[in-house]
Amino acid sequence: MTAQIITLTINGLQVSGLASETILQVARENNLPIPTLCFLEGLSTQGSCRLCMVEVAGSPKPQPACVTLIQEGMEISTHTEQLLHYRRKIIELLFSERNHVCAVCVSNGHCELQDLAREHGVDHIDFPYRYPAMTVDASHSRFVLDHNRCILCTRCVRVCGEIEGAHTWDVKNRGIRSLIVADFDTPWGSSTTCTGCGKCVHVCPTGALSEKGKSVAEMLKKRPSLPYLVANRTLEH
Amino acid sequence: MEQRLTIEPVTRIEGHAKISLLLGPTGRVDEAHFQVTQIRGFEKFVEGRPFFEMPSLTARTCGICPVSHELASSKACDQLLAVTIPPTAKNLRRILNLGQLIQSHALSFFYLSAPDLLLGMDHPPETRNFFGIAASDPQFARDGIRLRQFGQQVIERLAGRRIHPAWVVPGGVNTPLAETARAAILDEIAEIKALACNHLERFKQTLAQHEEHIRVFARFPSLFLGLAGQDGKLEYYDGLVKIIDSAGVTIADHLDPSDYQTFIGEAIEPWTYLKFPYYKPQGYPGGMYRVGPLARLNIATHCGTDLADRELQHFRALEQGPVSSSFHYHYARLIEVLHAVEMIENLLADPKILDRNVRAVAGVNCLEGIGMTEAPRGTLIHHYKVNGDGLIEWANLIIATGHNNLAMNQGILQAAQHYINDGAIQEGVLNRIEAVIRAFDPCLACSTHAVGTMPLMVELLGPGGILVDRVWR
Repeated sequence: MTAQIITLTINGLQVSGLASETILQVARENNLPIPTLCFLEGLSTQGSCRLCMVEVAGSPKPQPACVTLIQEGMEISTHTEQLLHYRRKIIELLFSERNHVCAVCVSNGHCELQDLAREHGVDHIDFPYRYPAMTVDASHSRFVLDHNRCILCTRCVRVCGEIEGAHTWDVKNRGIRSLIVADFDTPWGSSTTCTGCGKCVHVCPTGALSEKGKSVAEMLKKRPSLPYLVANRTLEH
Repeated sequence: MEQRLTIEPVTRIEGHAKISLLLGPTGRVDEAHFQVTQIRGFEKFVEGRPFFEMPSLTARTCGICPVSHELASSKACDQLLAVTIPPTAKNLRRILNLGQLIQSHALSFFYLSAPDLLLGMDHPPETRNFFGIAASDPQFARDGIRLRQFGQQVIERLAGRRIHPAWVVPGGVNTPLAETARAAILDEIAEIKALACNHLERFKQTLAQHEEHIRVFARFPSLFLGLAGQDGKLEYYDGLVKIIDSAGVTIADHLDPSDYQTFIGEAIEPWTYLKFPYYKPQGYPGGMYRVGPLARLNIATHCGTDLADRELQHFRALEQGPVSSSFHYHYARLIEVLHAVEMIENLLADPKILDRNVRAVAGVNCLEGIGMTEAPRGTLIHHYKVNGDGLIEWANLIIATGHNNLAMNQGILQAAQHYINDGAIQEGVLNRIEAVIRAFDPCLACSTHAVGTMPLMVELLGPGGILVDRVWR
């Protein structure tokens, strides 16, 4: 059976894609960038960060590009003033929610959240900071989990469950009280399922997961060349 | 009847403070308080953080001397790792510290104190600042900027950036020195050495004009404390603690920095956020001591470099025994700048400085670490306790300015008693009292502020807080 080809416009440009593709996939195939944070090619899509929201003509509300399939005749806008405003506010909320102190973070200069803030001109935060008292789990012999820097994108949860097959990570609680936990909320170092593969560390977009012993600005994630993600992406196609 | 004089804020220092002078019934100053009016809380909020962050985290205490904190912190962290760092890493840290010393001393002398020394204590405050210097003696200003630039560039060439570099790490430094960086620094040594010599000579020529300041600027007997090398040589990065008394007699030597709590106590007063360290065997406040350039030159048997050793001989001739006037912190600072330039040249001359092995890698092997270095303003102590995962459980920092707190308070009392006799306020007099503080070059927190533009208000209060007089600047 031949896959259905669909045509649509993105920012006024006529493009086409398979019916099974998302707006994000088609946009990226056509070199039309849409910012993402929870999305990572090779992992299942979550649609939780809402940074990839786009406007679809005829739809009263923006749609997340990473989980919205394309449809015939869609007219999509990816960078309207309103969308840019929303994205800035989402980034600001992420910064205000926990303690993201870039200056002294292991991922300073190599952080997706920091990059997005820079790209979107976030030079101050309008929302009051919450300054929650968050802990650092350094019980693992090789890695550190710093909840202060976590944005709950769940890339770690997905890579651990979907690729490593260990499912060490999960999320406890709900909403703003959500927290990444190992096994049944045990210290990472006591986890009986963790294989110590380090995949979660390298897919983490911020300094929430890092290698032990890294000092400030030293944590470089090897994300673009992660072979297991590339392999998984190939399988999906 | 008691009256109170307040100088707030004290200008041309790093950080925020005020001076309160309590006048007795005759208008004579009875008490003087140097009050630090801000709290930072670093010792508290580092709790729970991984110790690998500590050098860069504590560096954020200050924009002037971040490198000093990085070095004391990394030495404490080296102890947590229980490693001996590679010799090249140690020498690279030394060079970084010397670059820091040059830029900080140049800032203190040329930017903050020169307006008093060059333009005069009674010069109108509107132009009694670095811009006034630049207008009246542009070459002097240019030289000061150049010296500071050199120090900053040493830091940048080694560590990648001038302020808050993340190059110093537990176990060493994170990248070796590039040959191009070494050559760039060595190329400038001759020029900088000549500048340092010229301004030291020029300062010496002006000493006669400052006879009164030398006599009343915190000139009193006190102990002097600092690090000294094994043979008593001037030392900033390593070494053991040496303490001499006001007669120059060594009362303690070869003290292990890790034992600092056995000989240094910290007292607290309710009117300031700055603690009062004291020499424990002599109690509080009797165990007052001074640290910093003046103390280091009083303590050291020699500098170990040709030009600085020659200058040290002249410096020693100022007084019988240790130099006791805090005005001579300026003099000592200029000798130290010259020494630092010579030391950088010597350290860079060794080809091993380019060695690629600059970091020892280890995990937590010890739960307590203490690092002590000589920062530009004096002895700096970082003391950490961690848990088995390497998270900070407790931290104590004693900064150089803290050590000098007792002496600064006594110094302003001495100057105030000399200059204020009848309770009348004169702007130039107040500036002289501030200048006593500036001689110590206190770094009260983390940042400088706009030079010469901050308001200064002095209120003279009578009994019951009734305003008797007020002077604005």
